[in-house]
Amino acid sequence: MPPTPLLGVELSDAGAHPAAWRLPAADPGHLHDPARWVSLVRAAQRGGLDLVLLPGGLGPADVDGGVRGRLDPLLTASFVAPLTTGVGLVPTVTTTHTEPFHVGKAVQTLDWVSRGRAGWEVAVSRSPEEAALVGRKDVAGGALEEEELWAEADDVAEVVARMEDSWEDDAEVRDVATGRFVDRDRIHAVAFEGDPFSVAGASITPRSPQGRPPVVVRADSAAALRFAARRADVVRVPAHDLATAVAHRRALHRLVAEAGRDPEEVALLVEVVAWLGPDAAERRDALDRWTPTNTNPGTVEHVGDAAGLADLVGAWTGGRDGGAGVDGVVVRPAVLPLDLDALVDDVVPLLRRRGLRPTGPPARTLRGTLGLDRPASRYARVPATAGGAR
Amino acid sequence: MSRRQVHLGAHFPGVNSTTVWTDPRSRSQVDLSSFEHLARTAEEARLDFFFLAEGLRLREHKGELFDLDVVGRPDTLPVLAALAAVTERLGLVGTITTTFNEPYELARQWATLDLLSRGRAGWNVVTSSDAFHGANFRRGGFLPHAERYTRAAELLDVARQLWDAWDDDAVAAAGAGETFLRPGAVRPVDHRGRQFTVRGEPGTPRGPQGHPVLFQAGDSAEGRDLAAREADVVFTAHSTVEAGQAFYADVKGRLAAHGRTEDDLKVLPAVTVVLGDTEAEARDRARHVREQQVTGPAAIAFLEQLWGRDLTAYDPDGPLPAEDPEPEHVSVTRGRVRHHRDPAALARQWREQAAANRWSIRELVIAVGDRGGLVGTPSSVARQVDEAVQCRACDGYILVPHLTPTGLDDVAARVVPLLQERGVFRADYAGPTLRDHLGLGPARRPTTAPADDRRLVAR
Repeated sequence: MPPTPLLGVELSDAGAHPAAWRLPAADPGHLHDPARWVSLVRAAQRGGLDLVLLPGGLGPADVDGGVRGRLDPLLTASFVAPLTTGVGLVPTVTTTHTEPFHVGKAVQTLDWVSRGRAGWEVAVSRSPEEAALVGRKDVAGGALEEEELWAEADDVAEVVARMEDSWEDDAEVRDVATGRFVDRDRIHAVAFEGDPFSVAGASITPRSPQGRPPVVVRADSAAALRFAARRADVVRVPAHDLATAVAHRRALHRLVAEAGRDPEEVALLVEVVAWLGPDAAERRDALDRWTPTNTNPGTVEHVGDAAGLADLVGAWTGGRDGGAGVDGVVVRPAVLPLDLDALVDDVVPLLRRRGLRPTGPPARTLRGTLGLDRPASRYARVPATAGGAR
Repeated sequence: MSRRQVHLGAHFPGVNSTTVWTDPRSRSQVDLSSFEHLARTAEEARLDFFFLAEGLRLREHKGELFDLDVVGRPDTLPVLAALAAVTERLGLVGTITTTFNEPYELARQWATLDLLSRGRAGWNVVTSSDAFHGANFRRGGFLPHAERYTRAAELLDVARQLWDAWDDDAVAAAGAGETFLRPGAVRPVDHRGRQFTVRGEPGTPRGPQGHPVLFQAGDSAEGRDLAAREADVVFTAHSTVEAGQAFYADVKGRLAAHGRTEDDLKVLPAVTVVLGDTEAEARDRARHVREQQVTGPAAIAFLEQLWGRDLTAYDPDGPLPAEDPEPEHVSVTRGRVRHHRDPAALARQWREQAAANRWSIRELVIAVGDRGGLVGTPSSVARQVDEAVQCRACDGYILVPHLTPTGLDDVAARVVPLLQERGVFRADYAGPTLRDHLGLGPARRPTTAPADDRRLVAR
């Protein structure tokens, strides 16, 4: 785990509040404009944030009264990648309908085009509307079963992990003397057989800069939390107070240990919806009159000045003195770009002053930012230097 | 009457025996910098588009991964999305199969790429049917060969309905309205067909081109019909003028039946290019490229595909096997298209050729695998390209380099200016979209018809 708390930001639609698009400052006519996404991620980069989360399901919207229409998050992250540095790029990838093989090579490719800054937030699609759009799953029975969805996501995560390891790092030998481009003994079949899918061969994509791009999970159900304990490098949870956050941390650490993993290697981030600046409360009231948000009481909101949010980050991430001991915070700016800019320009400098942000340059990869080593391929049987001739 | 204009695409060197990796100048086929180099070269030369193929499974030979050619590549769409960020005008075309994808997901991804690139997306629509590739997917290899095109046509039909479900200006101005979208600006799709049932309001806005430019590559009668009905560009392998003219006349002749005209479909063969300062130097270089492509082990592997058995005991610099190929057609190579209808007859023919010319195995493979391509000085290559377009052998070419990623540097620097001097290639882009570059009209969008009729019109 890194020495200072992690700080991520979620960039969704016009902001976390469903009515954010009603403010002229949100520039609602350009929400699907590629330049807007570059500008938002560059703002996060300017603030030295650790990661940006780019959420989004397959359908037109998550919330009534909100923005409709979205770009594919993984392609948006791929687009932003060459124009940014330092900040981790974590699109949501829905595992319920998409072929696991396509998921695997897309995540690996995001890692290639971002030069090691990719992560992916594994999500399931509970929505009958999305199932009807894709059309492969029978939705006559209404909503899809949460347990089954995460069991399937677990199979997808296993396939993706095997694909990421299927090429050992030195599989490409380019041996002119023998005419061999690759050492086929260092490329391994995924050979996953499950229900409802099987994947036979190796990935088409060689091992990416991070090897295994980090897995992020939003643990908003018991099944999601169990999945996270087995698979996640980063878990983000909604929590409305310190006590809930502490309970989440304890539950996660117990489940991670039960899954045979080291709790120290799984970062727990708590979500905060942030309204910043002198007009924060006024904006919140105005937008809540359009679309009331008290239907979602699970998430803590900060409405007010930068120092207050910095205090909150300190309290949640502090291990002693009654702190919640979580590993970091995901800020969900209520209105973009206003609350993102205030986070970057007003809150981050305060956090730095308090020793809650790193002072050096960002790590080169997202794994590096998270304090995770680059893992060896599970299939590597001999040290890379000992090989050579077959 | 002005001269017919040439259209040119840049093919990223692929996972195949065309790409020479033993050359010391050969660089990564995976790193973004390589894709960026070719894309920037193509854009500076004002080419119509960059072209990227798709991988679904690593090729196998005799039950093992084939290790003699370039292998390993990234996923098509994320690479094109990254290139959209580092180019401004170049069309971005990629191959995606219709067999192992659902229409909703593809429509959403292509609309996203069209939005991210501001109207530069092109989709090379292909089909796959074999169980070898299918083993990596839920659907497996379930589709009989003939149904590939049925599925592809219905998938395109559904994709068009999804793209057309959003109006261009669907977002209400300034967010002041009661709803984010202008009422009626997005209409649900309700498709119930033999292959797909897709219902609901699609989640991605319409791209600037409406529909991405559609490429198609099938050469069978069904493939040609699909192209004439559905495609904007047909990608062929007919590189001689005579074969090209026959194909051009055939496929363009099929357009009228679908209410389309000659300009609505561009015929672009894929072709390799080798330049020299003299014709002799160009021929020597082309010969050298062939020798690099066909190493001794590669020559043996090529013969094994026909013979259907292990031939590693043979010397690539010695004579051809005297024995005949396996009488049963045995495919030892998987993941690559080869159709040998009568292996014994072809083997006899090759043996006779080799004997008459005193060729070794390797020399024979170099000769029979040579697809020609454009070879010559910059001015002779420019003339060949211009003449082929003027005599309706094609509308231009997809240029296939031998080298990653610098293989088209010399074509861009030395051939393109000559085409511009001839007045057959643009000095600058006329518009922002790939559709503009290719001189195609707006996407066909029969939205005024009711839903049922809409499907009939789209076919």
